[in-house]
Amino acid sequence: MTTTSVAPARGPSGSAGRRAGFVNLMRAEWTKIRSVRSTVWTLAAFIVVTIGITALLTWLTASHWTGPHAAARDNSILADPVGFIMGAGVGLGQLAICVLGALVITTEYSTGVIRASLLAVPRRIPVLAAKAAVFAVLVLVVTEIVAFCSFFIGSSIVHAHVAVSLSDSGVARAVAGAGLYLTVLGLFALSIGTLIRHTAGAISAVIGIVLVLPILSGLLPGNWGAHINAYLPEQAGTLITHTHEVSGDLLSPWQGFGVLCLWAVLLFAAGAFLLQRRDA
Amino acid sequence: MIEVRDLTKFYGGKAAVDHLSFTVEPGRVTGFLGPNGAGKSTTMRLILGLDRPQTGTALINGRPYRDLPTPLRTVGALLEAKSVHSGRSARNHLLFLAQTQGLPARRVDEVLGLVGLQAVADKRAGGFSLGMSQRLGVAAAMLGDPEILLLDEPVNGLDPEGVLWIRNLMKQLAVGGRTILVSSHLMNEMAVTADYLIVVGRGRLITEASTEDVIARSTDQSVRVRTPDAARLAELITKAGGTATPGPASNGVGLLTVTGLPAARIGEIAASGGIVLHELTPMASLEEAFMELTSGSLEFGAHGADPVNAGKGQAR
Repeated sequence: MTTTSVAPARGPSGSAGRRAGFVNLMRAEWTKIRSVRSTVWTLAAFIVVTIGITALLTWLTASHWTGPHAAARDNSILADPVGFIMGAGVGLGQLAICVLGALVITTEYSTGVIRASLLAVPRRIPVLAAKAAVFAVLVLVVTEIVAFCSFFIGSSIVHAHVAVSLSDSGVARAVAGAGLYLTVLGLFALSIGTLIRHTAGAISAVIGIVLVLPILSGLLPGNWGAHINAYLPEQAGTLITHTHEVSGDLLSPWQGFGVLCLWAVLLFAAGAFLLQRRDA
Repeated sequence: MIEVRDLTKFYGGKAAVDHLSFTVEPGRVTGFLGPNGAGKSTTMRLILGLDRPQTGTALINGRPYRDLPTPLRTVGALLEAKSVHSGRSARNHLLFLAQTQGLPARRVDEVLGLVGLQAVADKRAGGFSLGMSQRLGVAAAMLGDPEILLLDEPVNGLDPEGVLWIRNLMKQLAVGGRTILVSSHLMNEMAVTADYLIVVGRGRLITEASTEDVIARSTDQSVRVRTPDAARLAELITKAGGTATPGPASNGVGLLTVTGLPAARIGEIAASGGIVLHELTPMASLEEAFMELTSGSLEFGAHGADPVNAGKGQAR
């Protein structure tokens, strides 16, 4: 292993060449994301948890259909059949997507790969953009498949009691919306990861914002408490996964999704700005 | 060619690099020498655009690193701090880097062959020994067949075989006309690898000259002499214009440290006086030359300690 043959050095002209194209950077990010175990594990956890919880809860409900609270339950199911079928599964599965979103950038810092990445692309922001794009495509594909699978499994389990079809008003939008919500939430987590740069800190922050903030803001009194609550990323974003708009909602499903997108865009821009400014 | 002009970098109000200027020419190995904490790693990070300087510029062939379109095709870098995901295979690490530069996947196999890592190419890099990790780092640096190479303490912690490998690699690359900047805190290592030395201390340039000149310039040579007749020899040396400092005697054999006279002259003096010598050793070493140059600039120096050979931890 001590002998080495080296190609002759090239002239200065060898350094010329066009800037690496964005497609090249996306291919590189795809290599990165597919070649670590954390991607496989978090996505596997997402699939198992989301479909598993959906199947379990719908089965439990269907097998105890007649009971003391049946009437109230029937009303809530009719008001939001997609939420009834998928809400719990997506609610738990989203944590895996948040973890993956944070990890794809924070592990670059914890392992030092960020130095290799930035040496290869010293303009920096294209790296982040390519990473976000590849992550978004991967997560969108996986979450849409899981959303539709969950819906079909859950709706077939409760079919004897409640007939819900994809062609019913608002149903297709709500099911597809679950994938959209999870994808943008993942990008939100990726942006937080870019800002915080530490895995544990980023995941804690995302989970705090997604799970804890809505509870705290729910405790705020009166009108402005309700307003703050409505514009939180998770509260606004999940509106698109509800079958029908409920009277009293401050935002429509698509407006809510827009608010989540705005959160993600603002944090992504802040992350990109700091990535450019900070020493790596 | 690398041109560093008036580079300054503060960390928390303390200058790690202090108005540093130098030029690294192609076709030779340039040693970047200084004690720990002298700012060598920081200077390399500034050249590579990883950190932003407070003042000054670092240019690669006349352009800042950030303006290079496909930088790995121009500059290869082996940094001291690790930059590989422990769960990713060597091949995939090199593959994603190749893809960012639009290099074919075939180039990954080439550099794996160059560093002798083909057999473990698909193993997780986390299980690599220090020597293997260093080879992977060299493979990454060589990926774009760059004309400029920056190597930060490449032999640190390597076994003799690994040290020899890096040494030969650098020499071969320089002969091919490449520009090579290699940092080290070990003067002896630099003496056998570098053609030209840039010596820094506390972030400032101490000297830059050919390796031969740096060694020759350390004029304050001393000679260690052991003789049973130390007192008489000391007298003769003083008469001849030298300075003899007596040291502890052992078994009746005295020790003198002589300055101001070369070893040959001391031998002649002893012979003419009929004095028996047990030892006559010129003490000028590269380490001494280095210590001389950098004395007063040791970041963490302490009396009695050996800061030159103190290990260096992970950067920052």
